[in-house]
Amino acid sequence: MSFIVEKPGMLTIVQDLGRWGHQSRGLTVSGPMDQFSLRLGNVMLGNDENDAVLELTIGGFAAVFQEERCVVLTGAELPLYIDGHPAPAWTVHRVTSGGRVAVPAKFDPSVGCRSYLCVSGGVDVPLVMGSRSTFTRGRIGGYKGRALASGDVIGVLAPSPLWRRSEGFVCPAGLRPGRFGDEPLYAMDGPQIDAFTEAGVRTFYSEAYTVTDKSDRMGFRLEGPIISHKAGADIVSDGIVHGSVQVPGDGKPIVLMSDRQTTGGYTKIAVVSTWSAARLAQKMPGDAVRFRRVSEKEATDQLRSFESDLRRLGEMRAAYRSRA
Amino acid sequence: MYDVPKLLGSGDSCLVVEFSPAIEMEANIRLQCLRRVLADRKIRGVREFVPTYRSLSIHYDPLRLSREKLEGIVSTSLEQSRESAEVPKRVLVMPVVYGGEYGPDMANVSSHTGFDEDGIIRRHTSVDYYCYMLGFTPGFSYLGGLDEALATPRLSKPRTLIPAGSVGIAGKQTGAYSIDSPGGWQLIGRTPLRLFDPNDEENPTLIDAGDWIRFKSVTETEYRDIERDVSAGKYRPERFVERNGGDMACRS
Repeated sequence: MSFIVEKPGMLTIVQDLGRWGHQSRGLTVSGPMDQFSLRLGNVMLGNDENDAVLELTIGGFAAVFQEERCVVLTGAELPLYIDGHPAPAWTVHRVTSGGRVAVPAKFDPSVGCRSYLCVSGGVDVPLVMGSRSTFTRGRIGGYKGRALASGDVIGVLAPSPLWRRSEGFVCPAGLRPGRFGDEPLYAMDGPQIDAFTEAGVRTFYSEAYTVTDKSDRMGFRLEGPIISHKAGADIVSDGIVHGSVQVPGDGKPIVLMSDRQTTGGYTKIAVVSTWSAARLAQKMPGDAVRFRRVSEKEATDQLRSFESDLRRLGEMRAAYRSRA
Repeated sequence: MYDVPKLLGSGDSCLVVEFSPAIEMEANIRLQCLRRVLADRKIRGVREFVPTYRSLSIHYDPLRLSREKLEGIVSTSLEQSRESAEVPKRVLVMPVVYGGEYGPDMANVSSHTGFDEDGIIRRHTSVDYYCYMLGFTPGFSYLGGLDEALATPRLSKPRTLIPAGSVGIAGKQTGAYSIDSPGGWQLIGRTPLRLFDPNDEENPTLIDAGDWIRFKSVTETEYRDIERDVSAGKYRPERFVERNGGDMACRS
């Protein structure tokens, strides 16, 4: 089974949970910017959590299905149309053979910018080093190592049994990650916190920063009050993670995201929690963010609470599927 | 190098074990030892290890492995890795065709260092280089050991496309471009070896951190032969292990 891309949108790429295990060889992990929305979508369809989906940035996507399948749009709640009829996000819809799925472009900071179009069975592109994720800068993985283009024919794997029975299943509003509104992003002190002045650290944790238009899958550059170093911003390169907050010599923070390089040579004042980094991924240029200094335990509690939500959603789906 | 390595948190899913604030081979060898000891323990919840010049990042799933428990395991493993004996010196021989169209900056290096082409080749092939870490692009290795007399500053205007396999010098560094990429290194030759192969599940990169590289000068004909064998999947790079490297001991 496959679908044919009619309109690719600004940036539509195939992603699973990322190419782990090869950072020691200089290979970027990639993976979704908002892993939680991707995993929820897959669970709603009865897919494997790690199945590949399409990550859409501010929509603009349309495709024609060559076989019947179920789909769900998670993440940013952009308008979804199936055969021209509006279909809500976070709800499982059936697409008939020859059916058309469209997510028109919409720049709306109130809903976020990254949506996940999940298909029962999961998107079928070759596994490269254990992952289907696209790393566009390295031209690795996904569909030919690049973003989708008009006319591309994208395969879909065989769905799990009873996949049709998920049709109509809705993710309760309370379990959708949302955009976090004005909630501060959780952040822990970074490995080079000692390279900053007390005033610099205070500034970072208390002031508001604005997402700039120089923000992409590699990193989010933020604009705001300058964070001062004690002596300098350069260090001998060491490892970085999703959410590392680098502060180069200009004193402006950069939060590293999914397509981050594996190592870097700037001081890291903090690391945004895994959960909050995915919320940051939904912010648009012009949005303000604040950081709250938390412990590693508080950050892990966010993940624990998501895991229990995900389990609950899986149980609800199982019950929905076996309804009379 | 610190007496006792520092354990630094890096978010909710990564612990950094820092051995030194600077580039030191001793520190790098120690962290490679730790990496090996930890990998052998097959710790549940650990995702991967990322060695750099001076630190080892341990990526883990905090829902399967607590920070506290991981720190405990690292502390005992540090003691164990300190006691472990010599590390074998794994050497990879990298054939290189020097100069000509393969090394368009040979003349720059020659005029900067004062050596003629033969002198540069002799010096470049006379030592083994230690791979501290990989980064920048998949399979790009940061090598230490360049004869300082060969040090040449980067090009003032970087090239937009450098073919994979190009061997160059940048300041006191030397190395090979693993994939086609932009860059400003002074190119002195090219290797026919494939440094990065995404279709090789087990070893997508030819070089791993902690390996040693020995450059070997080959003729253009030999280069073409090897290149053809590499394309056909028939070429087995020359590798060997030296066990008598006294300076390779894991002990502090």
